[in-house]
Amino acid sequence: MNPPDPHGPGAACVTCSSRFSQLRKLGLRVEDSDYVIALAGNPNTGKTTVFNALTGLRMHTGNWPGKTISRAEGGFSYAQKRYKLVDLPGTYSLLSASPDEEVARTFLLFGQPDVTVMVADATCMDRNLNLILQVLQITRRAVLCLNLMDEARAHGIQIDTRNLARDLGVPVVPCAARAGEGIPELIREIATMAQRPDTPAPRRLPLEVPGLRLAMDRLETQLQQVFPRLPQPRWVALRLLEGDRDIIDAVLSGEIGALAEPVSARLKPAPESPS
Amino acid sequence: MKTPEDVLREAEELRWQLPQNLHDRIAESIYGEAARIAERSITRSEGSRRLAWQQKLDRLLTGPWTAFPIMVGVLGVILWLTIIGANQPSAILSSLLVDKGQTLLSAWFLAAGAPEWLRGLVVDGMYLATAWVISVMLPPMAIFFPCFTLLEDFGFLPRVAFNLDRIFQKVGAHGKQALTMAMGLGCNAAGVVATRIIDSPRERLIAILTNNFSLCNGRWPTQILMASVFLGALAPPGWSGSIAALSVLVVALLGFGFAMLTSWLLARTVLRGEATSFSLELPPYRPPHFWKTLYTSLIDRTLIVLWRAVVFAMPAGAAIWLSAHIFLGDQCLAAWFVHATDPIAWSMGLTGVIFLAYIVAIPANEIVVPTILMLSVLVTGATGGHGAGVMFETDQAGVRAILTGGGWTTLTAVCLMLFSLCHNPCSTTLYTIYRETRSVKWTLVSALLPLAIGCALCAVVAAVWRALA
Repeated sequence: MNPPDPHGPGAACVTCSSRFSQLRKLGLRVEDSDYVIALAGNPNTGKTTVFNALTGLRMHTGNWPGKTISRAEGGFSYAQKRYKLVDLPGTYSLLSASPDEEVARTFLLFGQPDVTVMVADATCMDRNLNLILQVLQITRRAVLCLNLMDEARAHGIQIDTRNLARDLGVPVVPCAARAGEGIPELIREIATMAQRPDTPAPRRLPLEVPGLRLAMDRLETQLQQVFPRLPQPRWVALRLLEGDRDIIDAVLSGEIGALAEPVSARLKPAPESPS
Repeated sequence: MKTPEDVLREAEELRWQLPQNLHDRIAESIYGEAARIAERSITRSEGSRRLAWQQKLDRLLTGPWTAFPIMVGVLGVILWLTIIGANQPSAILSSLLVDKGQTLLSAWFLAAGAPEWLRGLVVDGMYLATAWVISVMLPPMAIFFPCFTLLEDFGFLPRVAFNLDRIFQKVGAHGKQALTMAMGLGCNAAGVVATRIIDSPRERLIAILTNNFSLCNGRWPTQILMASVFLGALAPPGWSGSIAALSVLVVALLGFGFAMLTSWLLARTVLRGEATSFSLELPPYRPPHFWKTLYTSLIDRTLIVLWRAVVFAMPAGAAIWLSAHIFLGDQCLAAWFVHATDPIAWSMGLTGVIFLAYIVAIPANEIVVPTILMLSVLVTGATGGHGAGVMFETDQAGVRAILTGGGWTTLTAVCLMLFSLCHNPCSTTLYTIYRETRSVKWTLVSALLPLAIGCALCAVVAAVWRALA
């Protein structure tokens, strides 16, 4: 728990307004962080723009799905705490994946971030909600960043954020990250969520399939016996019941047990992509 | 103690007790829930003006008659801007860095009493190659990259991918290959990494093997210089810029054609399989942040790429100078190589100097033109009008004088442009291909396939050209 270095590069933050006064953009300095925050969401919803706004880095953004292909990390500190922010490639679903989506899926499931920030495109929430609901099955601490609100307004779309927050059981922050709108509120919600003493209860899917709940319970217990430290045993159990080839192979080879190693040992920096 | 096999057996048994369509039912329950939540919190009022113009623009950019002329037109305009805009700054940089800088540095070395070989190695070798790389590369890149990034931010790339999807499907490749090829226009190594967005291994491999046919930033300057100096010069004054842009455009489109052709060949032979269909989202158009984009593309892309070129140019400059000054019998090393390969090179419309330059430039395509110029001066003794050793001007007239002094014709320039399009990728890209495929075989294929196409293409063009001339 180191306080932020007052003489570091983040200290001379000249653009900070009074509301930002407690934010220090730490750029690439991510060591000794108190919390790990993951940015997840559908492709091209502006995750990298949110990432840049929070860390002060300038990762490349592009207006097309698939721009971010490997994990990027950056840091910021807010109210005496240091946060490591992990920008993930966009993904449509946690159920199937191309190699870039696999990066996002593995981190969300087994990287055990302290808070998952779901970045959604406010102009097409019905599609984005599919992934949001899936992510809520595997995490208890999540914040929904309703990005591109400016575009949604221009398209004549109104979103009742209070209603949405109640339905999903997580805080909802409307943002327009390109213009910096909503970023201070987002930081506040991330900090509050990370430090909440109780574990909030986001919405779980009913999964109304006869016998499924019981089968998942039994398999989950078995998985925990074989891989005692496996995160998300319930999700793995569901995938096994669905007959997911990749997960079956990972269980058979014991590879899935390796995923349960401590975060620091497992998360080697992603190979740098030349550009 | 339970084992992983026990867990799997249990899962297998439990699966029998569950409905057959479990996967679909789970997906349905997620979709249904999402729709219910959306309905409760989201209201739409129809008919916003913004949506209307975006739809109109989409009809234009993806329309059956308008899509292709607009795409080709946009690329042509960018190339034209690059060629017209880079001319003046290139001339100023070369007069500053090459002419003045070299004279000044030489004078310092003489004043300090340094031995002649040291002055030659450092000034005529390392410094000159670096100065040339900067003056040839910096201006076109500083124009081309920001233009490209602005289009990317605006949302043009997904429309290009959408338009090309049908062609890619026909040749048995993945529609997303259009996006990876567009990234390859900046850097092939980045393009190869970008193929991770393709989930089918077969189609991903096709995308990796053909990415080299996207002209990368190391090759644009070669194309632009050859087109300006030799082809633009054939046109009446006032038209030279447009003719040069048009010829580079033709080469770039030819690259696209070769990518399609090799994809088709690969998909019909060694990489056979069904083309997977995919649905591409067309994101809304977003006004790019002009100054921010300009800043990031200048700092992040232009300067980083330029730095790479400089890092490779210095040792290459030293190697070239040494190869021209270490004698074996009556000829220097470079001359031995050049004279030995000249006959083969001639049959491809090229010269031995170009062959040697392409070997020196394996680490980075950026240094091809500087290497050719240095070798022409050092080995063939072309001086571009001046008599005194390696002093020469490098504006377009100077480049032309040096190269024609080295026996170049319009055919040589055309064949160099084609060879620059079709030859092995640089070592960085090759290493990236190896890292992504983990296969020596496919890395070799990706190096030899374009090289073979390039040699054959140049030989045919040279033979036809000479028969007609």
